[in-house]
Amino acid sequence: MRYREALNAALREEMQRDPNVMLMGEDIGVFNGAFKVTAGLLEAFGEKRVRDTPISENTIVGMGVGAAMTGLRPVVELMTINFSLLAMDQIVNHAASIRYMFGGQVKVPLVVRMPQGAGHQLGPTHSHSWEALYLHVPGLLVATPTTAADAKGLLKSAIRDDNPVIFIEHEYLYGQRGEVPDDEDHTVRFGVAAIRREGSDVTIVGISRMALTAARAAKTLSEEHDIEAEVIDPRTLRPLDLDTILASVRKTNRCVIVEEGWPHGGVGANLAALVQEQAFDDLDAPIQRVTGADVPMPYSKPLEQIAFPHEPQVIDAVLATFGDRR
Amino acid sequence: MLLIRRFEERAGEMYAKAKIGGFLHLAIGEEATIVGSTRALRDQDYLISTYRSHGHTLARGSEPERVMAELFGRVDGLCNGRGGSMHMFDLQNRFMGGYGIVGGNLPLAAGFALASDYLERDEVTLCQFGDGASNQGTFGETMNLAALWRLPVVFMVTNNQFGMGTALERHSAVTDLMRKGEGFGVPGMRCDGMDVADTYNVTCDALRIAREERQPVLVEAVTYRFRGHSMADPEEYRTKEQVDEWRKRDPLTVFGDQLVAAGVLGEDEREAIDRETIERVDRAVAFADASPHPSPNDLYDDIYVLGEQVRGWYSVDERTPTPHRGEDESAMDRAELPHAAEHAGATTAKPADAAQADED
Ligand SMILES: Cc1ncc(C[n+]2csc(CCOP(=O)(O)OP(=O)(O)O)c2C)c(N)n1
Repeated sequence: MRYREALNAALREEMQRDPNVMLMGEDIGVFNGAFKVTAGLLEAFGEKRVRDTPISENTIVGMGVGAAMTGLRPVVELMTINFSLLAMDQIVNHAASIRYMFGGQVKVPLVVRMPQGAGHQLGPTHSHSWEALYLHVPGLLVATPTTAADAKGLLKSAIRDDNPVIFIEHEYLYGQRGEVPDDEDHTVRFGVAAIRREGSDVTIVGISRMALTAARAAKTLSEEHDIEAEVIDPRTLRPLDLDTILASVRKTNRCVIVEEGWPHGGVGANLAALVQEQAFDDLDAPIQRVTGADVPMPYSKPLEQIAFPHEPQVIDAVLATFGDRR
Repeated sequence: MLLIRRFEERAGEMYAKAKIGGFLHLAIGEEATIVGSTRALRDQDYLISTYRSHGHTLARGSEPERVMAELFGRVDGLCNGRGGSMHMFDLQNRFMGGYGIVGGNLPLAAGFALASDYLERDEVTLCQFGDGASNQGTFGETMNLAALWRLPVVFMVTNNQFGMGTALERHSAVTDLMRKGEGFGVPGMRCDGMDVADTYNVTCDALRIAREERQPVLVEAVTYRFRGHSMADPEEYRTKEQVDEWRKRDPLTVFGDQLVAAGVLGEDEREAIDRETIERVDRAVAFADASPHPSPNDLYDDIYVLGEQVRGWYSVDERTPTPHRGEDESAMDRAELPHAAEHAGATTAKPADAAQADED
């Protein structure tokens, strides 16, 4: 099953399970979604539950917040993560804060889904990776599924959770295939990292699509450099399964963090701080970060390709942790 | 109206005494708009407002004690001292909040109305905001969506003539605010926001149209705030004469006089009610003063709904050198945590508390 079909199945099953789950978003109905994630759902569930909205990101998310406060479980789709900035007010000032600032009187069981990622030459307004922006915000849960099975399992968990969830999909991953359990109760708990490959020499943490890039790099490292990397996909960044990462680092004594987003204030910057705080004595080398370039995403194909990480950069970073073995 | 007036006067005094922190936005002068519109609601209807909403939550039935305690930032406040003046909320009385972001409450209101509609509940949402807020993008976006989806919501723009220090004609190209929703499919009505009966009648009509015809309506309530925008306002943008002119229409005086003239109220009763109201506010102040400050242990409460998925709070703070404790701290006693009360603000983790699990 493809990643996008897995997401579709999660939405379909959760809508069947709970009549108060409903979808809102631009072109998610008649058009079947900009990336076809919601294909067929309008037909299956009707206009009451699958709502095409005007292009009003802040208001759609805000209505989702309001409806979540008063009994629904809305799932809002934004066409790309770039457009979520128009809804930043409703996401940060409202969804994330409301329960806290009102002393716990209400909950906000809202899911905001959107894809991110470079590689389609869409330039600076459509290609960024911003999990770090949402990771920053207490009150939100943040998921970055990489496999089809996780896409389905995490989305189902997100919909069932009583907290606002920022659910970050990836444009490149939509077409990727993977095994997906058929079970309608297949959920993936937030806060549990997946170890994609076991290894004893170095820990590579890959976020979102970069978990796949890291896994490819690990294969090459084993074949060509005799280095066995352990690849960890955190799957959710809030909550973060730091324990699994720390346990791995304590075993391998080396850590490389790979993400597609910008370096400053990124997921890797944060994670590197956590790891060195808590496993400093276990580290044999400085933690390496591999990130997207510190630029707005360029349109030009060759420029775009060097603006986000690929396998060679991950391999270089791993070798750097071994110093002279380069 | 009297309770709101006396309550807010006292709040102003308490602010001067530094019992209340942050911003304090008083609605003195706007009581007829608040009470006239709120009284038109049914119990199950939703009311949502702005940072100027002590009056709204009182009109909806919140106890003055708890509102004052919230202003004082105490645990017995409506929001346990988390929200303060700008962020009142009383779910039980369906006062769905004051919000500090100008224009931020409109989409939420449409969301409440969406849920009412979806769940086929006979509820209407009344959403109040200022003339200044009518320039935000959410105004147009929400009007359009509410009209498009025929949601049971009434928007009320409280035209108190100013957005902070910017006069209406200096901030809005269209000053006839009731017309501002028309292009989005939301017809307008206007009421005299200094007249409690007129406000009540017009709001009743608007609510009926929204409830029965599923047609959102924009009501412009023409009113005036006698005090500054907040307590920190030197009021250099308007003349004393203008304020005095509007004060002649003080809804408390006008309505009180009307009641006396109509023989509904005797002068002595009028004074007695005032005295009782002042005593009630005294009690609210005493209650607020006696209520404790929230414990530092409460800092991390209610950020998340704890449950299967989120079992504990494991915030990260770079100032703490001790190890991260992992997430599953449900079994731990709070006191055992490495950074309990004395280090609040530098806490790595907080235990899940079964008692916190959401009631519904
Ligand atoms: C998004 C946003 N911008 C600016 C402010 C600062 N601010 C607070 S109240 C206010 C004026 C709002 O005027 P109006 O909507 O007419 O309401 P009123 O205060 O008169 O009740 C401003 C600019 C804010 N709180 N939120």
